[in-house]
Amino acid sequence: MNGFTKIIEEVGGIATFSIKVFTQLFQRPFEFRELLRQMDETGSKSLILVLVTGCSIGIVLSMQSRGTLARFGAEAVLPSMLALSIVKEIGPVITSLVLAGRLGAGIAAELGSMRVTEQIDALEVSALQPFKYIVITRVLACVVMFPLLTIVCDIIALLGGYIEALLSSNLDYRLFIDKAFSSLRLSDVLFSTGKTCVFGFLVSIVGCYSGYHVKGGTREVGQAAMRAVVIGSLLVLLADVLMVRLSLILFGS
Amino acid sequence: MPQPEIVISDIYKAFGDREVLKGISVNVERGSTLAVMGGSGSGKSVLLKHLVGLMLPDSGEVWVQGQRIDELSGKDLNASRLRIGYLFQGGALFDSLTVAENLDFVLRRHTTMNPVERREYIQNVIAWVNLPDVANQYPAELSGGQKKRIALARAIILNPDILLCDEPTTGLDPISVRTVSHLIMRLKAERGITSVAITHDLLCAEIIADNVAFIFEGKILQQGQLTELRSSEHPQLRDFFG
Repeated sequence: MNGFTKIIEEVGGIATFSIKVFTQLFQRPFEFRELLRQMDETGSKSLILVLVTGCSIGIVLSMQSRGTLARFGAEAVLPSMLALSIVKEIGPVITSLVLAGRLGAGIAAELGSMRVTEQIDALEVSALQPFKYIVITRVLACVVMFPLLTIVCDIIALLGGYIEALLSSNLDYRLFIDKAFSSLRLSDVLFSTGKTCVFGFLVSIVGCYSGYHVKGGTREVGQAAMRAVVIGSLLVLLADVLMVRLSLILFGS
Repeated sequence: MPQPEIVISDIYKAFGDREVLKGISVNVERGSTLAVMGGSGSGKSVLLKHLVGLMLPDSGEVWVQGQRIDELSGKDLNASRLRIGYLFQGGALFDSLTVAENLDFVLRRHTTMNPVERREYIQNVIAWVNLPDVANQYPAELSGGQKKRIALARAIILNPDILLCDEPTTGLDPISVRTVSHLIMRLKAERGITSVAITHDLLCAEIIADNVAFIFEGKILQQGQLTELRSSEHPQLRDFFG
């Protein structure tokens, strides 16, 4: 099988897998307890990573931008620039990429191990619908938790940016908040944060698909984890391009 | 004349160009134990997976308790699966759950017992496999033999009519082999369970098997009592049984 056929097969497989998620999403039984457990796995256990990422991008963005803006005598727009770039683009995309690394690989490795050790078959022969229990709960958890973690990342990044601005130019926090938020529209916040639901869906679908279909042994589990991170990250970036274009059509620049 | 509990009729299965099963036919009578023996890669585990619909034959028929398993799907297949217990080669216990949670996981979804009844029932089942003190341990904390016994407990927790065992004693020491094999024997004696066990462990086969089917390169080479197979002059059987 050549490379192109493999890609087509993979795309077809992921599309079919996604359709199966949608068709089984509203069918009983609902695995609420497992969904909550997955939300905890996805959310609270990724929190530290998101906090560190957010703080770091806020500080770095503020440090890097100040010099450039000062050259054009536009240092005063720093809070607006930070808010717009973090909330509209950097926060959602960086959070999703970081989570694609952590969760995409984690989901693929966990499901791959379950496949190799026949735990998925064990669920199947016990009439326990492994797809609902394993896949749908993880996909829903990511769809719900990605935007929440993005909001956390945005807030921490802005806080990091403010701290840097405070230390560098003793900027008053009221002025910072006023300038930062006056430049943002509600549609910017809602659309930019909302698009991470799609990123969460893509990352989890690719992770689940890669792990669920592992054949062989531990080597294939590792490959599935790597494939989940690579394809998940690429899909996040691709989807971002399409969704930014869509937002420009819907809400203007 | 009573109908056999399991009827496998002329099944073929291939993965790509590789033919794994080439026209296998075998019957298992109610309350009896069939041991399926053969070398590695002969298609034993693939055969077993056909009995619960984990794999579908390319051609041929699989009948379990008068129902054609390979044509069932959805709720009908699940209902059929609930009458079959499956002991996996590595146990396949859910490693994120404790022993008690592993057993409760199945009970909670398929019975109407309340939590107190379930806890009591689980305690009885793990006492039956002689491991009353491991309820709160995780599978990773158990030895190979203990894992197999807990996996057996999970396989029979819904009181199935049929038990399928994939290498129930592989990798165990002789004492554990005897323990697990005698538990399978007790299931037949106490509950009349029909069993099919994939094994290449002679000790296990000696203890549990009423009949033995020997598979070689996807075909049944010979079927009968273990003593008949051991005394066979067929070169493959002589190689296997030494």
